[in-house]
Amino acid sequence: MNLPATDIRTAPAEKAPKRQRHIAEEFRGKFYVYFCVLLMIVIIFSIVYFIASRGLAPFIANGVSVKEMLFGLKWNPEGDPAAFGALPFLFGSFATSLLAAVIAAPLGFCASVFMTEIMPKFGKTLLQPAIELLAGIPSVVYGFVGLSVIVPFLRDTFPGQGIGILAGALVLSVMILPTITTIATDALRSLPSGLKEGSYALGATRWQTISRIILPTTLPSLLTGVVLGIARAFGEALAVQMVIGNAPHIPHSLFESATTLTSIITLEMGNTTSGSLHNNALWSLALILLLMTFVFVFVVRVLERRVKR
Amino acid sequence: MGKGKPVEMKKSFVMLLTLVFALALAACGNNSSNGSDNASSASPSASESSSASPSDSAGGEKLSGNVLAVGSTALQPLAQAVADKFMAEDQYKGISVQVQPGGSGTGLSQVSDGQANIGNSDIFAEEKLDADKAKELVDHKVAVVAMAAVANKAVGVDNLTKQQLVDIFTGKITNWKDVGGADQKIVIVNRPASSGTRATFEKYALGTKTEDLQGSIQEDSSGTVKKLVKETPGAIGYLALSYLDDSITALKYDGVEPTADNVKTNKYPVWAYEHMYTKGEPTPEVKAFLDYILSDAVQSGVVVEQGFVPVSEMQVERDAAGNVTNK
Repeated sequence: MNLPATDIRTAPAEKAPKRQRHIAEEFRGKFYVYFCVLLMIVIIFSIVYFIASRGLAPFIANGVSVKEMLFGLKWNPEGDPAAFGALPFLFGSFATSLLAAVIAAPLGFCASVFMTEIMPKFGKTLLQPAIELLAGIPSVVYGFVGLSVIVPFLRDTFPGQGIGILAGALVLSVMILPTITTIATDALRSLPSGLKEGSYALGATRWQTISRIILPTTLPSLLTGVVLGIARAFGEALAVQMVIGNAPHIPHSLFESATTLTSIITLEMGNTTSGSLHNNALWSLALILLLMTFVFVFVVRVLERRVKR
Repeated sequence: MGKGKPVEMKKSFVMLLTLVFALALAACGNNSSNGSDNASSASPSASESSSASPSDSAGGEKLSGNVLAVGSTALQPLAQAVADKFMAEDQYKGISVQVQPGGSGTGLSQVSDGQANIGNSDIFAEEKLDADKAKELVDHKVAVVAMAAVANKAVGVDNLTKQQLVDIFTGKITNWKDVGGADQKIVIVNRPASSGTRATFEKYALGTKTEDLQGSIQEDSSGTVKKLVKETPGAIGYLALSYLDDSITALKYDGVEPTADNVKTNKYPVWAYEHMYTKGEPTPEVKAFLDYILSDAVQSGVVVEQGFVPVSEMQVERDAAGNVTNK
């Protein structure tokens, strides 16, 4: 009888500092998390605010029409009269990144099927690290390889100077391959094994299982990877700028000098003075890029919802 | 409990890291203004004891502080080379000179806003900035850069007249055979429309502004321009004299060869000053650096090695409007 009584009496005395420590720890943890989140939110919002405040200035203060910016064909911000048609850049950005996705998606899908279904061990130990290595190579290296290898090759095999949308798309397709492959591989790995076994049990061959069961079920995840790849390609500046030629016109062929939103920004930003109309017009292009990223993120969210269903 | 300690230590370490990171971020915002603050706050103490010329300051109190030069990519290699040499000199040990590329426009707006001590520019400030802002800046011409039109070796042309150049860059002439060369389509390798190098070339070689043509190539870096001209059949572009070598053909302009000697007499007119702008009169550290770059040793040494023409050897002078006068 005595023993439990003393236990009860001594327990609170022992627990009190412990609880206090817990409270302090709890507070510290909470503070730390809140602080980080707050910092992140502040950074994101200030970036958006900064770009929007600069990028909207040409429309509000200088009377540049949104329609001209989106559909105009002529870009000559320092000319007289100044022209702010960004359609060639939009066209170039979409053309290069979509073409890059078209090239990279089949490669990425095949690589991930190979890594998960056909040779999982070899895939996991060798192929996957090799592909992920591609993500770590700096973009200027890609650009230089493109300029030294891809451009001369295209110049010798096709009419034209070698630079242009196809050269840009080829460089980008290698750059976005890791994104597409990694996401596809994760999706294929997380597939319930019962699905596959059921298919085999019904007498389907491996290829039938892959093409009729595995790929259709994971399609939304695969597309998520492709969209993220396109978003990465859309925002890539340096590597594309080195191989695309940068003429502010819509090209007549895949082998003619073209330009993208990012490359025109990197080319001209340094040569304009901040606050000038030309400079602000470049910020408008940056704003368009930002809005496009939002669209891509939105598409990914929609695709993810389909995965859950 | 035994486990608890290392985990807690780890946690606080992570927290510390985050805090440091956050502080660093916060400091970043102020950094640029700090730099110029340092420079200006150091000036009263330093200016008393050391008059500005470099030889005087050697014996007196040593200057210290930071000098930030931002701007022109064409001037950057020279500025960097001089800065390295400058910081290696004994009497300037306390001064740290940083040179950042970014383009003439960036250089001019940063020095005008007080974020940089020196704004490097290929063009006169009057051509880029508003008149009242340009008036606040003091021009220091540190070197002369000359540009030559260059072509692929296979085109079979080594001289173009001014009119032929204009016709090529405006798209009226599209084949080398029309200017006496091989039957080869002309590929223009230009600079971005806002570039200082292009502004110089258009102003002094073409005498007119040109628009970007369909199919023309725009590249910002001289290295890339040279590579493309060297490898692309029928390519024409323009480069600073320091980039010329046997792999490409340097074209004569109206029969005049692009050499340093022809530039000095203005016989070859496609040249421009490289400017280092300061806002108002320079602080002692900045002045020490500017005096150093203008000293004879540097002008006839590093400046020539980097492929520029010493500003002191120019026999003519040119103002922002392009009027040339004999010195």
